[in-house]
Amino acid sequence: MSRDVTNHKLSTLSSGSLVKLAGDVIGRLIQRNWKRLVLAVPLVWLLIFFIVPFVIVLKISLAEGMIARPPFTPLFEWAEDLSFTISITFESFRFLVTDDLYYSSYLNSLLLAGKSTIICLLIGYPMAYGIARSRSDIRGILLLMVVLPFWTSFLLRIYAWMGLLNKNGIINGALLSMGIIDEPLNMMFTEGAIYVGIVYSYLPFMILPLYATMEKLDESLNEAAADLGGKPFTVFYTVTLPLTLPGIVAGSLLVFIPATGEYVIPALLGNYDTLMIGRVLFDEFFSNRDWPVASAVAVALLAFLVVPIMMYQHFQAKDGERS
Amino acid sequence: MKKRSTFLLSVLVFGFAFLYVPILSLIFYSFNSSRLATIWGGFSVKWYGELFENDLIIDAALLSFRIAAVSATFSVILGVLAGLALSRFGRFRGRLAFTGMITAPLVMPEVITGLSLLLLFVSMEDLVGWPNGRGVTTITIAHITFSMAYVAVIVQSALSGMEENLEEAAMDLGGKPLRVLWDITLPLLTPAMLAGWLLSFTMSLDDLVIASFVSGPGSSTLPMVIFSKVKLGVTPDINALATLIILAVALGVICAGLIMRHQARQKYRL
Repeated sequence: MSRDVTNHKLSTLSSGSLVKLAGDVIGRLIQRNWKRLVLAVPLVWLLIFFIVPFVIVLKISLAEGMIARPPFTPLFEWAEDLSFTISITFESFRFLVTDDLYYSSYLNSLLLAGKSTIICLLIGYPMAYGIARSRSDIRGILLLMVVLPFWTSFLLRIYAWMGLLNKNGIINGALLSMGIIDEPLNMMFTEGAIYVGIVYSYLPFMILPLYATMEKLDESLNEAAADLGGKPFTVFYTVTLPLTLPGIVAGSLLVFIPATGEYVIPALLGNYDTLMIGRVLFDEFFSNRDWPVASAVAVALLAFLVVPIMMYQHFQAKDGERS
Repeated sequence: MKKRSTFLLSVLVFGFAFLYVPILSLIFYSFNSSRLATIWGGFSVKWYGELFENDLIIDAALLSFRIAAVSATFSVILGVLAGLALSRFGRFRGRLAFTGMITAPLVMPEVITGLSLLLLFVSMEDLVGWPNGRGVTTITIAHITFSMAYVAVIVQSALSGMEENLEEAAMDLGGKPLRVLWDITLPLLTPAMLAGWLLSFTMSLDDLVIASFVSGPGSSTLPMVIFSKVKLGVTPDINALATLIILAVALGVICAGLIMRHQARQKYRL
């Protein structure tokens, strides 16, 4: 009996100390490896929900479409004799190359996004410069006014343009009542409306990085250049422009890359003749339910954007090092 | 010099008019009793009444708020971890790849993100039986994934602007790294975390394309309902909804601006 008691005591003692020991070990493991844990959690999340999805898109773009759920053939198959077959088809990509629709929509999207980026730059650059050169007490308010539309719903801001550009919308109403035009202008569902939509929604993305580089500009450099006899344009071209180049590149990429794949703007403001690849992909997926072709469209779009995306990352990384 | 500043002034006036006229026109016409935008039928708040009677919109708004709150919270947790790794861990192996994974979602076209996530969910369901169908869970996961990148960038820039001497002092006084992280670094990051949460919340509330890909039957978010309504044309009750959203956002941004200014002043006084 006494032996039982000691045994019992021993076991409680040991289980108690075991827990403590385990706690110590875990605590020390965390103390020693916490950095790895901090890194691992977001890393694993991004691997599963950002990297793996791209691999799957690539995989499905190489599969064959079929009427089933999910609507494509498997790439890998284990036969009954455990032999492994891989069936890859480039049919979807061949389809992309042969069908004129895709070629022209890629080209059109890149052109539209490129031209909109230039317009954004032409409006955004002097705006950012004006804000950076304004009195310090109103600078904060002006900056807040640039950021504010960015926080309000993107979809609703595009919708606002529908009300403005409509055939019996606000702009036409104003022009008609002022007698400038005799009959309403056709502004909705045109390529021009897409430009307005893209420039309008992406302008803050251009202004903010530009402002960030201009804020750091040293005014005395301009003055020195002017004192040395530089004309205003020469000073701008040789001093200000090169110094603000990082902002120009960052802002342009922030506009160009997402604008290329834009869906909402062409869907609400554009017509069916103006093909944009984001809309083609969306329709291919939801209306035609052709998953392999939609995936191939996405892979090709990504291939077009890899270079600008890597440029953007390069600039981001350099920026991070500088600060 | 004088000539250039009038040029800058006129660009500023034109630019801000361009940014604000559409928004102001939405607000203005939400109080128009006439259904047509061109005709001013007198002041009225009837579209607001109609809006609150529209169960479809109210249900979608509630669903969107729920998804936005949950996804913003998770994005802040993951984004803070990622931001810490980027700015406080020096050069670790695979840093370049990690930075790439953080910044790529910032510029990735939404159609690509949406399609790839949908295909992931379908494949996972095939392989492991999860997620069972698509809906709130899959939308939330998608929103966490793109929002955490924004939070990480905000946290990273806050950390690089913050001097490390407070953390170093705590370490010198014998604080273990985790303790310093918890007691010093995280409290200093509160403004960045708040900004990140709000940004994630609004982006989740605003997302149409990605949600359209990864949602299932019966889980239509607010942007999806708005989109299917406005595709058919301008409707006054959406003007009313837009006005409410814009006013809420404007109030929030102005409050945040005032708080930040107040804090900055206090900092200088210290």
